[in-house]
Amino acid sequence: MGVTASADSAEVFRRESARAVATLIKASGDWDLAEDAVQEAFVVALDRWPVDGVPDNPGAWITTTARRKMLDRIRREAGRAGKERLAVAGARLVAPALDEHIATGREPSGGDDRLRLMFTCCHPTLSESAQVALTLRLLGGLTTTEIARAFLVPEATVAQRIVRAKRKIRDAHIPYRIPSATELGQRLDAVAAVLYLLFNEGYATASGTELVRVEMADEAIRLARLLAALLPDAECVALLALLLLQHARRAARVDEDGELVTLAAQDRTRWDKAAIAEATALLAALPSAPRGFYRVQADIAAAHATSISADDTDWPRVVELYDELVSLRPTSVVLLNRAVAVAEASGPLAGLAALRDAESGGDLADYHLFHAARAELLARAGRRDESVDAFRRALALTANDVERRHLERRLRAL
Amino acid sequence: MKYVVLICSDETTDTQPGTPENDTVMAEYGELVGEMVKAGVMIDGHRLRPTDTATTVRVERGKVVTTDGPFAETKEQIGGFFVLECRDLDEATAWAARIPTARNGSIEVRPVWE
Repeated sequence: MGVTASADSAEVFRRESARAVATLIKASGDWDLAEDAVQEAFVVALDRWPVDGVPDNPGAWITTTARRKMLDRIRREAGRAGKERLAVAGARLVAPALDEHIATGREPSGGDDRLRLMFTCCHPTLSESAQVALTLRLLGGLTTTEIARAFLVPEATVAQRIVRAKRKIRDAHIPYRIPSATELGQRLDAVAAVLYLLFNEGYATASGTELVRVEMADEAIRLARLLAALLPDAECVALLALLLLQHARRAARVDEDGELVTLAAQDRTRWDKAAIAEATALLAALPSAPRGFYRVQADIAAAHATSISADDTDWPRVVELYDELVSLRPTSVVLLNRAVAVAEASGPLAGLAALRDAESGGDLADYHLFHAARAELLARAGRRDESVDAFRRALALTANDVERRHLERRLRAL
Repeated sequence: MKYVVLICSDETTDTQPGTPENDTVMAEYGELVGEMVKAGVMIDGHRLRPTDTATTVRVERGKVVTTDGPFAETKEQIGGFFVLECRDLDEATAWAARIPTARNGSIEVRPVWE
């Protein structure tokens, strides 16, 4: 077998394995057994696929193979300790209803197993770092080594997070289900938070391993795409559009020297037009109401993405959208971003007044971007000394080298 | 699945029996307990007297040692608990979120080792 054929097989397996994990957890009720069995199926796939070719329906192949591996193991270990657990899983695994389920990855009721897996991996009662690790491991099919490398943490830490999370899911009975319509908003936030973490990790250029980090952003888009396909709720579609719009700017966000380029200064011809077109089409196809948190954010991102320059941006419209966002969630960060838009629409003094509203929540004092925004507006208002102080404050608070160099350049230019 | 729901708050700022504020909170608790019973989840539940009535017992080298006060000095103390029979953690946390003390304290939800 060629190295390429083997690498291709591994990649297909990685992308398709989530369905097997998701279905076998549903079928057996046992996360560890399901994950181990899919790992065993991976070994078989690496042996066979490069020779026989990738099967037509790799997801179903992996599920069938893993189910067989699981049953083999249950029979093999039936006499040993802990057999009740295996017996329960085994009885569920041989149910004939599972054949249909395996072929389609969907239950008779229509619920998709991967969606169930996604919401459970991103359950708000798990720590955020555990949510991220579980999502990448079980839905993304990444190895603990890859996850550890992407997040610059020891592999043992990632493995430990996954073990602990699975234990909590089992022992505290975190349900393996898709949230009801009334819970969806809140639960979607948890999924979005995980996708955002992956996404921002993909952009954080704080240190090397840049390639891996860009892949993380791609992974976030892939998962957002899956979510929108499985659950075509307006907010899920909007979340995908939002990530696509931000991802579209990736080539223009840093210059040749790896330095940060602000939105206003970015070379917009380097934005990914296909991604912008896809996102705006997704947004245009949504019903006009209701408009949720991700929808409004995506509209704001689209307003930027479809303007040929910063000057050409319809800033009053952007402020209107921020007002709508504030009415949905009046957080300090939303108010901060609104203030920046207000400054563009109505000048630095209006922007500074809006910043004071944002500041009144009291939780921006240690947020470097608040001081950076304030410094920029003070500079534009001609209040140089105050601007210098604000830049210094922002510098003292940022931990990111690229952002630090950007702030230092701005400070020197005053 | 049984869950023990521990109700924790800073007891120095808890409402004191005999005050109108305490009556309001107790009425809220009464209503919640009524709903828990109606929903069939309520197994047990009590308010505890403050930690100045607590006694901590340890056995050190075979000798019983009792000390005055709670087992650990913490900012928040356990002021009461429920034992609930719930379908899963989602149901247990939903009940926990309705406990009046959740607004000024913390509620810890722990599955029972069964």
